[in-house]
Parts: sequence; structure tokens; C-alpha cells
Amino acid sequence: MNLVGKSLPRKEGRRKVTGGAQYVDDLNFPEMLHGVTVRSQVARGRITNIVFEGDIPWDEFTVVTAKDVPGENHVALILNDQPFLADQFINHPEEPIVLLAHPDKHLLEEARRSVRIEVAELPAIFTLEESLAKKEVIWGEDNVFKTFLVEKGNVDEVWATADFVIEGEYYTGAQEQLYIENNGAIAKVSADDGVTVWGSMQCPYYVHKALVKLFGLPEDKIRVIQTETGGGFGGKEEYPSLICGHVALLALKSGKPVKMIYDRAEDMAATTKRHPSRTRHRTAVSKEGKLLAQEIDFVIDGGAYCTLSPVVLSRGTIHAAGPYFCPNVRIKSRAVASNTPPHGAFRGFGAPQSIFALERQMDKVAQAVGLTSEEIRRRNFIHQNETTATGQVIREQVELDQLLDRAFALSDYHEKRKRFALENGARDSNGPATGIKKGIGFASFMHGAGFTGSGEVYLQSVVGAEATEEGRVRLLAASTEIGQGTNTIFSQIAAEALGVDDSLIEVAQPDTSNVPNSGPTVASRTCMVVGKLIESAVLELKQTLIGSNLLAENFTQAEFQKACIAYRKQFGPLKSFSKYTPPPGIWWDDEKYQGDAYGAFAWAVYVAEVSVDLLTYEVRVDDFVALQEVGRVINPTMAAGQIEGGVAQAIGFTLYENVVWQNGRMANGQMTNYIMPTAADLPPIRVHFAENPYAYGPGGAKGIGELPMDGAAPAILSAIENATGVSFNQVPLMPEVMLQKFCIARLIPKLEVR
Amino acid sequence: MERLLDVLREQLRLTGTKEGCGEGECGACTVVINGEIVNSCLVPVAQVEGAEIKTIEGVASGDQLHAVQQAFIEYGGAQCGICTPGMVIAAVDLLERNPHPNEAEIRNGLAGNLCRCTGYMKIFESVVRACQQECQEMLDISDK
Repeated sequence: MNLVGKSLPRKEGRRKVTGGAQYVDDLNFPEMLHGVTVRSQVARGRITNIVFEGDIPWDEFTVVTAKDVPGENHVALILNDQPFLADQFINHPEEPIVLLAHPDKHLLEEARRSVRIEVAELPAIFTLEESLAKKEVIWGEDNVFKTFLVEKGNVDEVWATADFVIEGEYYTGAQEQLYIENNGAIAKVSADDGVTVWGSMQCPYYVHKALVKLFGLPEDKIRVIQTETGGGFGGKEEYPSLICGHVALLALKSGKPVKMIYDRAEDMAATTKRHPSRTRHRTAVSKEGKLLAQEIDFVIDGGAYCTLSPVVLSRGTIHAAGPYFCPNVRIKSRAVASNTPPHGAFRGFGAPQSIFALERQMDKVAQAVGLTSEEIRRRNFIHQNETTATGQVIREQVELDQLLDRAFALSDYHEKRKRFALENGARDSNGPATGIKKGIGFASFMHGAGFTGSGEVYLQSVVGAEATEEGRVRLLAASTEIGQGTNTIFSQIAAEALGVDDSLIEVAQPDTSNVPNSGPTVASRTCMVVGKLIESAVLELKQTLIGSNLLAENFTQAEFQKACIAYRKQFGPLKSFSKYTPPPGIWWDDEKYQGDAYGAFAWAVYVAEVSVDLLTYEVRVDDFVALQEVGRVINPTMAAGQIEGGVAQAIGFTLYENVVWQNGRMANGQMTNYIMPTAADLPPIRVHFAENPYAYGPGGAKGIGELPMDGAAPAILSAIENATGVSFNQVPLMPEVMLQKFCIARLIPKLEVR
Repeated sequence: MERLLDVLREQLRLTGTKEGCGEGECGACTVVINGEIVNSCLVPVAQVEGAEIKTIEGVASGDQLHAVQQAFIEYGGAQCGICTPGMVIAAVDLLERNPHPNEAEIRNGLAGNLCRCTGYMKIFESVVRACQQECQEMLDISDK
């Protein structure tokens, strides 16, 4: 069939281009009410009273508070510390306290403004520095949600004798996922069926788990259905549990279906964002440029509740030492609390933060040793059979040198490096340094696919395949299509494995009453991990047909369809299920954080070319080359689309997307003042793949979705340094930050400024 | 006062037009009013009495997709699909005004429509392919 490697068109494409796709806000039910959330406004305090004021017919409203929660009032996830509705204590300024439902949206909005929450305020903390310093202890005994310590060799024995020891400190900001479809959900509750919710989400079984606890109902009385989802990027990983819970509480109390759709301002203010981070590096290196020791202190701000911070921290920690071999590594990491809404999953999941720091540090190390950014990396790239920071032996062939060569050829790196130096120098000699300077820079990095460590084993993901009445194959998985191409690649993988046309494959809508739990749609795991289960499930279905003598070993598509129909007639429904088993030889020690962190890594080199305007401090990315090795590419158009979209988000993260905080609230929560890249802002993003099939991925594929988020920020800052000679250590890099540093640099030329 | 967007979605049940921001920034609610593309979230419904309004539901002719729609499916112009109706309307409008736009013209023509999934590259490609497709169709017709 050779469907793997073919750019089949998007399976649900037609309904998306015609406006026929049904997103949650497009659905309506008879007698449906609308719901809204009343939030705290203050960052920390104790609720003393809730007053329903104004000229509002309150008796027409359904009003829900913490007292109406039938089961456990927390979002079941890792630590269960986040309430669905604050009862006594408020820990961030968007804390949900009261829910309202009414048929009239306009009146509902007025009512929302007429609920006054009286609060005895408590002192709050808003940054990771304040949290680490325990300016106030707002969570547990020390504000710390989670710590990790990764040790390889012994860094302490190296410092005294190393030729160079280089220190650096790096910062990344919060980032809004900014999916264009806001969070939203609809719920219906009935005595017979229990609770049913429809929503925009990545992980139906996360919502299911949370609602089972919230309502104290058996699992089969909670049904979660994913509607067409207008983007997620992590922003619909854990958050939908909260909004689905809220709307279901309103449906329970009102006895009617209730819809709750956030507007943009509420979505930006109240839902999760990327964790802000601070990374400190101390690197020992020999005069030959060999890494001798890396000591890394990685801290992320988790916001008011633990939510997913431990796992974000885990991924950031494991990626912090990068694609380099170093005999001695110590990574100490902490996720800490602050009085902002909880930070959460966002494409890359901690890795873009720690990789940014590492790649900037590598440039700094290069300069200290007197090598180029290229040479320091070439001397330290990890190779097959060498070990990562967690002691994972790289079993697959990895050729980072070759990736670097190819990325440089594709981007004319060396030629441009020379030319820009001449041209920038010529401009300087012509007058004051206020013109446009050009630069080119790169980053090399890796990203692990699938859940970390033993995560996939704990998940125990299951996928099903069933024969339909028409003799087609329907795939049953909770993995969601959120734009990344799940429907299409699952069909490709299944059709390829069966040797039939992809049009014979259907993908069931994720609905917990109908599909098994194939795990969450996160962590670059859908293609590699769940796709592999799809492959096994359909192969087992085929074997069942062959075993029952309805199908020969070699068959045509018509024979296959006939066999499915015949089987159903003779024996009833034909379903096969496949459950995750780890690839052989994988081990992981949860205590020591040692072992095979991921089944496979994708490897990449990204090159950015920039213009820096020294009058306005505007930076433009003029060209971008993204070269990566992701195993076998299943669908080249969709894979390139993932990379391009990820790079675009990463360029936003680097240069445009600045969350402005005021006392724990996002002050620029509109698309007018939180700026994401438009069609006019982005460079050509030139995507290239190197293919090295992974033995345990479907058709040889590895994960891809998060990788493109990792490389742009360090590559762009390296290019800015190349253009201007000034090194920056933080993103987003806003013009005002550059202005400040350049002004100081001009006044005191030799001063090192952070 | 209802917005045109609300009347389209809630009263006429034309839900192909989407709301992304409600403040005229994202373009998900793009429609054509008397030949001009407009963000329908910014239009009070009273302003459009007697006007001709085209939404995404009117872009295909029956089962026959517009070349832009077809290209979006084939060349990766749509991912999650939520910006797609607005983006398709903007692209069709661009090609109606300028059948052979260069890259800068495509970028500017679509700069009022935000897409968070694609990084726009495949959208640009879809638009280019759609013009080629339209040219080919015109050639095919003139051949006959």
C-alpha cells in the first residue's frame, strides 16, 4: 500500500473548510441554559461573605457554590489540591467561587457583575523569587510542589581542576496557548444516564476521572465526549476538567442542559499558561572544549496549585543537559507556588524553558573557551552508546554532526556569518550604530517522545479496532484530533498495516462510553505510542479473520470487507484491543531519576537569521531552517505543518508574547495587547526531515509535536548576539529590554549587564 | 443590540462563522458584506439591513468545493479548523481582487486572520495552489 510517507489529505478536512465541523459552541440543546463563573479578583484571602446584589431577579438563576458539590471538591489529577470552587480560601485572583446559569446571556453577564465576594485579604506572592525566598508561605511548608535531583558522576570533584568554569542565569516568561477556540463545555444530567459532558479537550479520560470524584458517581455514570477541538497545545490538557466540572454542577442543580463558553478575556485570564522559569548553569570545561561538569538549577513557577507542575518539571529537568555527553551532571529542580492562576501544560512542557537556558549557556561556554558556537557543540554532541544525564544509553544511531552540516548548508550559515560580519562592520564605520544589523544563529537539541520514565507503563493505554456492518474498520481510541492530524495518521497507520485503502478506516469520536482509554493526547505520544497500538489492534483483528478461516493470508480489499461482514454474521461483533507494553530493555528508577527517560528522542538543529533595528530595537526573523530527525515521517505535509506551527509559536514565545502581570493577574489578556505572530510577521519556515526509522514506532515513526517549540528561542537569541555582539538571557525579549541593555552598554562599554 | 455574529450563529444557525476574540483581532468571524470582508463580531446587526452577506456556508457551490477550500484540505491549510472558515473567506476575497498575488500580497491579504496551528506556511501554499488550480480550470475551459 505504501501509505506511510504519503501526504494524505486531512480526513476531516471537508467539514472544516466548509464550516460544517461542530465545535462545542455550535451545539445546542432544548431548554439549554448558559453558565458563567464568578471569580475572586483578589490574589489571596479568606472568603467572609458572598452577596447577591443589584436589580437582578436572583430567583430565576441557578446558583452553585462549594456547598453544592456532591462529591469531592477538588480536581483529581496529581495532588488533588485545586478546588472546583473555593470554599474558604482564595489562592489566586481568578479563583472560581460562584457559578450562575440562566437562559439569557446578557442578563447573566449583569448578574455576574452583581455578585460581591467579601474577602479578608492575606499577603500574596507573585514570582518564583518571592516563592523561593518564602516571603510568604502559601503552599505546604515551603512553597515547593516538587523537587528532582539527577546525579551523574560527581560534579564536585571537577570544579577545582577544570580549565574554565562558566556561570549563567536564564529566564523565560509565561506564554498563553492562545488556541483560537476558547475553552468551553456543555453538560446534561439525568437520573438514568448520570452526567454527560461535551467539550473542547485533549484528554477525555482526565475529565472523566475528575468528574467521577466530583460527583461521587460510578465510572459508567460519567460520560465525556470530545467535540471538534479548535486547538489545544496543552491548554486543553488539564483545564477542561475544571470547566466541565463547573458546567456539570450547574446542570445538576438546574436540571437542564447548561453551556459554558469562555470569552477570550476570561480564557486568557483564568486558564493555564506556560510556566515561567529561571535556570542557573555552572559549567566546567577543558581548554580543548570538552564538557567536564554541568550543574543546573532549574526552577519553574507553578502558580497557586500543583496541577501538572511535577510532570512539567520532570520533562524540563530531563532535557536540561541537552544532546551533549558530559561525564558529570547534577540537575536540581523545583516547582514552586505563587498566587497566580496555576500554570500548566503547553507544548514542550518544561523542555523549551530548560533547553533555552542550556543553549544560551553553550554559546557562553564557547566564548569563554575561545571556540565558535559550532565547534563547542561538535566537541560535545552525544553519540550512539553514550549516556544522557539520567544514564540513558542512546541505543539508536544519532548523527548530530551531520544534522548540523546539513542545517548549515540549507541556511548558508557560514557564508552568511562572514557576510553579515563585513556588512555590519561597514555600517558601524559609516556612522553611529543605529542602523539595521543582521545575524545568524542556531540551536541543537532533542525532545523525548511519550510519557517520561515509567509513565507509559502506568498509563496502560488501550486501543481498539472494530469491524463495522459495512465491513469497514473503526478505530477506538480516546486520543483526540486537535488539529495535529490524529484522524488522518491513525487511518494511514491502520490502512498500511492491513493493506487496505485508508478510506476503509473510520476513527470513532472520542467518547468515554465507547472508546477505551488510550491515554491523554499530550507528550508527543499520539503517533508514536498510540499509533503503535493502532497498528497492533488492527493486525489482531486481521489475525482473527484469518484464524476463523474467513480470510486468506493474502487478500484483496473486497475480500477483507466480505470477511468482516461474514464474521459479524457468524459470530457477532468483531473487536480487538491492544494494550501498551514497553519496548524491550527499558528501565527506569523513579527514586533516583535514572534510566531510560524516553523510548526515543527526536533530534534537531534549527537556524535563525535575524535583522535587529538598533533604532527601534525591533527584531525580525528573516529566515528559519528547521531540520529534524523524527524517525519515519508518516504524513510529510502534516508533519511539516506541526513543525511550522510549533516554530511560529516559538517565535512568538521569543519576541512577541509577553504576559504582563499585575498582582497575579494577566493585565494584557486580549488579542489586542497580547501579540501573537500574524501572517505578516513570520519568516519562511523551511522544514526538512532526516529519517531514521525507530524500531518501536508505527512504520518507524517517533514523536514530533512538541519538538519545534524548543529550538527557536535560543537560535534567535544567538542570532541577535551575532548581529549586535550583545548577549541576552531572557525571553520574551521585548524591545524595552534591549533598549535598556544597549543604553547601558553604550555608556559603560565593558560592563557586563544581566 | 445583537452583533451580526450572534444573529448568524444563534438565530440563523450558520455556525460556520466562529468567534475567537470578540474584538476584531483574530478574523475567525470574517464574512463578506456587500463585497467587503468584515469581522462580524464588530458589526451591529442594525447596520446590515438589506445588505448581501456571504458566510463560509456560501463558499462552496453545493458539493463542489471552491478551489481554495480544496487546496486547504490537500496542502495542509487547515489544522484544528477553527480559523479556517474566516481564513478561507479572506483567501477567496484576496483571489477575487487579485487572482495572482505574490507572497507579500498573500501575507498582507491574510494578516487580519490569526492562525495558531499552522504558522501560516501551508496556508500560503494552499492559496498559491488554489490560484494555479483556478488558472488550470480556466485553461481547461478555453481548450474546450
